[in-house]
Amino acid sequence: MTEQIERESGGIRTVEVPRSAASPRVWKFGDDIDTDAIIPGRFLTINDPAELARHAFEGTRDEFAQSVLPGDVVVGGRNFGMGSSREHAPLALKGAGIRYIVAESFARIFYRNAINIGLLPLTTPSTDGFADGAEIAVDPSGGRVTVDGKEFPVEPVPEFLQRIADAGGLIEYARIVGEVETCSTTSR
Amino acid sequence: MAPVDAAMIHDITGPLAIRTFLEMGGERVFDPARVVMLFDHQVPADSIPAAENQAIMRRFAAEQGILNYDLREGVCHQVVLEKGRAAPGEIVIGSDSHTCMYGAVGAFATGVGSTDMGFALRFGALYFRVPETVRATVTGAFPERVGPKDLILSIIGDIGADGATYRAVEFCGEAVSSMGMAGRMTLCNMAIEMGAKAGIVPPDETTWDYVRARRPDIEPFPLASDPGADLADSRTYDVGEFEPQVAVPHNVDNVVPVSRVAGTHVDQVFIGSCTNGRYEDLAEAASVLGDGQFSDRVRVIVIPASRDEYLKALRAGLIERFVEAGALVEAPCCGPCMGGAFGLIAPGEVSLSTSNRNFRGRQGSAEGLVYLASAATAAASAVRGEITDPREV
Repeated sequence: MTEQIERESGGIRTVEVPRSAASPRVWKFGDDIDTDAIIPGRFLTINDPAELARHAFEGTRDEFAQSVLPGDVVVGGRNFGMGSSREHAPLALKGAGIRYIVAESFARIFYRNAINIGLLPLTTPSTDGFADGAEIAVDPSGGRVTVDGKEFPVEPVPEFLQRIADAGGLIEYARIVGEVETCSTTSR
Repeated sequence: MAPVDAAMIHDITGPLAIRTFLEMGGERVFDPARVVMLFDHQVPADSIPAAENQAIMRRFAAEQGILNYDLREGVCHQVVLEKGRAAPGEIVIGSDSHTCMYGAVGAFATGVGSTDMGFALRFGALYFRVPETVRATVTGAFPERVGPKDLILSIIGDIGADGATYRAVEFCGEAVSSMGMAGRMTLCNMAIEMGAKAGIVPPDETTWDYVRARRPDIEPFPLASDPGADLADSRTYDVGEFEPQVAVPHNVDNVVPVSRVAGTHVDQVFIGSCTNGRYEDLAEAASVLGDGQFSDRVRVIVIPASRDEYLKALRAGLIERFVEAGALVEAPCCGPCMGGAFGLIAPGEVSLSTSNRNFRGRQGSAEGLVYLASAATAAASAVRGEITDPREV
């Protein structure tokens, strides 16, 4: 899509503009998508989400970083985000404007990391019907996603994690709680 | 929320953890004596951004009074155990997925991201879901040139890359209790490769000897596996009939006996990492090498997991042997397993590695191939220039 915009200097030019947020699309991935694929090790000195986003899936799916748009939804199969604890992986997706990741299951550390930085990882029994590039609408509170007009159920995140998600992430949650109460451990 | 006994950060995930700690309003870490800091992924700094990240961490350590091992000691997980920073029954977190290795000393240890770590640095606690348990009971005695790496690859191949997600994997049975600490570390290190939250070996005399040598103040206490536990899954393995195992590209659970891939050309062999960079691994590799030479067609990179392991290998003459045979011996660090610092592979090249991940692009080009195996298989393959059963060399 192109549109004419007025430059600050007063001239007129034609530029690519993002599709509207009302038409997010599916970026479909398979099973066992690992964190090295999401962000390769050689980019881990980068801590800025927007800069990380420029290298998301580099080498395994280069067109993602080139044409992902804010609001798009990453869809995976089983065990999405397996591997490293590198928070750079969900941060790269966040930097690309991703808000939701829908998969059949998630690797544990990635799942926590996503919640902690304000992304919402949602599970659904099967993503077979989610075509790459399809239009998608995510309604987490309604427990469903709509892909090309067809509805699929998504499971809610556990209640405690939902509180962190509602706060906007663990940093915001920590600011709200101020102090934490711990359970006792009985090992010693 | 559960209190954490120790928290480990390194040069890759540490800067983000410090940032989140500060963004949470953190001023002083919960207890500087319980924070372990070191650099191992990109050491000595291989780029200006890496140097900057390490400088941020050094400043933080100085401000907070944290003992920073910096780049002197080696790979984080090996160092945490060597320095006695994890012990039976303790809860230890690290901002690295292979933190589950500390289960080798009977700790509950798990890898977390940087925001979790920032939270733990601030509050000394973290939220956890209590994991269900998968028990792997291992019987029999290992045949010659077959060992803990072959066992854990077999278990991962059996359970699958997500077969233990959110669960703790308990390793027990005579083949585990007769194993030294190095082998137990190899087992627990790779629990994450089946999605596990933690791996654990029930503490016994071997464990307590290791821990008490580092933490003489701790009195041994009983901490045993519960025979009546309600298990999510239970598997048994007999290693007596095992042959060496190899994980083939591009997933760790693509495990086959070495005979299935023997003869595959290799361009680079890496012997090292938190998984298999200990003296025992280097000694096994040297034993396979004998008086021979590594193939001229192979780049052989040997990296001891820590300064202590390096010194042990040096004093035993292993380092000299590797250098004579044509290997590059590097100072303790993550090396090619990091996939960013050095030792990267080109498109189409094949790496055989004793490390823990063979994901596409893990050691450089996404068009390269990474195989995982034991130090014995790695050494045999480095001698022949192709994947080789170590019993044939």
